[in-house]
Amino acid sequence: MSHPAKTFANIVLYTVLILFSIVTIIPFFWLVCGALKSQADYFTFMFLPLGEGFLGVAWDRLTLENFGSLFTELNFATNITNSIFLASSISILGTTCAAFGGYALSKFQFPGRTAITGLVLSALIIPGPLLIAPGYQLLYHLGLINSYAGIILPSIAPAFGLFLFRQAMLNSVPQELLEAARIDGCGEFRIFFSVVMPIVRPMMGAFLMITFLGAWNNYIGPQIILQDPDKFPLSVAIAQLRGLYQTNYGMISAGTLVSIAPVMIIFLLLQKEFISGLTSGAVKG
Amino acid sequence: MAAKYRTHSLWVPYVFLAPFLLVFSTFVIYPLLQSVVLATQQTFGPGFSEFVFLDNFKNLLGDPIFWIATRNTFVYAAASVVLLLPLSLSLAMMLNRPSMKGRGFFRLIFFSPALVGAVFVGVIFGVIFQKRTGLLNNILYRLIGFDLDFPWIQDPRFVMPALIIASLWMWVGFNMIYFLAALQNVDKQLEEAATIDGANSWQKFIHVTVPAIRPIASFVVLLSIIGAFQLFELPWMLLNQGPGPERSGLTIVMNLYQTGFQTGDLGYASAIGWVLALILVFLALFQRRMSRSEET
Repeated sequence: MSHPAKTFANIVLYTVLILFSIVTIIPFFWLVCGALKSQADYFTFMFLPLGEGFLGVAWDRLTLENFGSLFTELNFATNITNSIFLASSISILGTTCAAFGGYALSKFQFPGRTAITGLVLSALIIPGPLLIAPGYQLLYHLGLINSYAGIILPSIAPAFGLFLFRQAMLNSVPQELLEAARIDGCGEFRIFFSVVMPIVRPMMGAFLMITFLGAWNNYIGPQIILQDPDKFPLSVAIAQLRGLYQTNYGMISAGTLVSIAPVMIIFLLLQKEFISGLTSGAVKG
Repeated sequence: MAAKYRTHSLWVPYVFLAPFLLVFSTFVIYPLLQSVVLATQQTFGPGFSEFVFLDNFKNLLGDPIFWIATRNTFVYAAASVVLLLPLSLSLAMMLNRPSMKGRGFFRLIFFSPALVGAVFVGVIFGVIFQKRTGLLNNILYRLIGFDLDFPWIQDPRFVMPALIIASLWMWVGFNMIYFLAALQNVDKQLEEAATIDGANSWQKFIHVTVPAIRPIASFVVLLSIIGAFQLFELPWMLLNQGPGPERSGLTIVMNLYQTGFQTGDLGYASAIGWVLALILVFLALFQRRMSRSEET
């Protein structure tokens, strides 16, 4: 390609990418602006209220009252705590179960191994929604409706996770290392925590993040199982807020922002680990 | 092999497997079996049921609401594949150019919506698509004088396009990540050889890029279709916790949820779940067959 043609192609390329970036970011920016505006300014200005201030924005008209209402009129502090608790327990327990199971299936020979592996692999095809109705009935008979156990327990045996850890450990954990540790008199759990875990730590981190995010964003489970508003995580609380405050867009924006911003910031900071975890299943599998 | 020189006790693997298997059999395998039983029952809440054998499936076939849900879901799934994947792949190819500057920056931006849960995306776009006050109509009005009162989510004809726009925003960057990973498999030397032989960009794309990314591309297609068929939260929140005008945003899983938890018939809901499962198994087998026949 000649030089001017190459420059032109580059200009087109970057223009397209920048346009796409703007389209991606605008809803976030609009959400932030909406959360910071008073109810009156919300309908008057598309983004920030215009005025005499720096960059032509009336900064002094911005308000935190929408955020205040979340914590006074509603019970958002409790909802945040609930979301943190649910997502942390599900991700930690789920990752532990999956890593333990993957270790057993990849590094030991024992009767039943093939059958169990096949069973778990074929479970990957089961669509989650199929289990909603019978799962609810089971929780009802176990007396776990309106309890956190009813949300956590069904979420901590991720077949996909077990499969990921099995694949990873098959290739990356040398059998000789395990044998050597056994000869040295190392206990089985110590072998797992001090020999196996360090090797698969990146995958554990990635899977922790994937399950945390999944649990944080889960709506249908808590919506069906929980009845007590004090137990609602943010996903259910925001649905309730949307139903109650139909046109109070400022408060809806603030509530959504509080629900997504902290998680987004943490995950964007850790995006390398997260993304490598997401794609490892596809690339290796 | 390890089996010949076993130095650990027999029970060790079972102990490591126990937590997973215990939870898995209670909360996955048991409900799965129970869903077969439930599908032959009519229930009134979780406690009362009546055996109806195959009536649920018979009724489903003649249930206009279920057919609306199925049609909507198929339309959405088709749009996901036809619009989402080419868009994701083109973005990935733009970012993959060797001279590309700011790759990390663009990747970060495009990927960020995937971190927002479907519930929250539904709420955000429910507000974006509002008449008069919504962001989309306001921007289009200022740019091209578009109708400020355009009824994106009030008119049944525009609900599906609105839903697809929201879902594109959410998923394009996520799928792009997979394609970026796939493009690492493209053989640079083969690409150069094709250039020297006088292949144009399109020929290079078809004969060099596509074969190299095919395994991951077919995985992404399957993932997108499976996701599309399980669509629920996004339209549910977008349409203010309902199926939208004239059920234009009703999906199979929304139908399942409303049947099971608003009408209280867990049996009929399980039958819907089984139809969904069968559709997905069929699509997965079809996709496997396709990717096999392409290999040979």
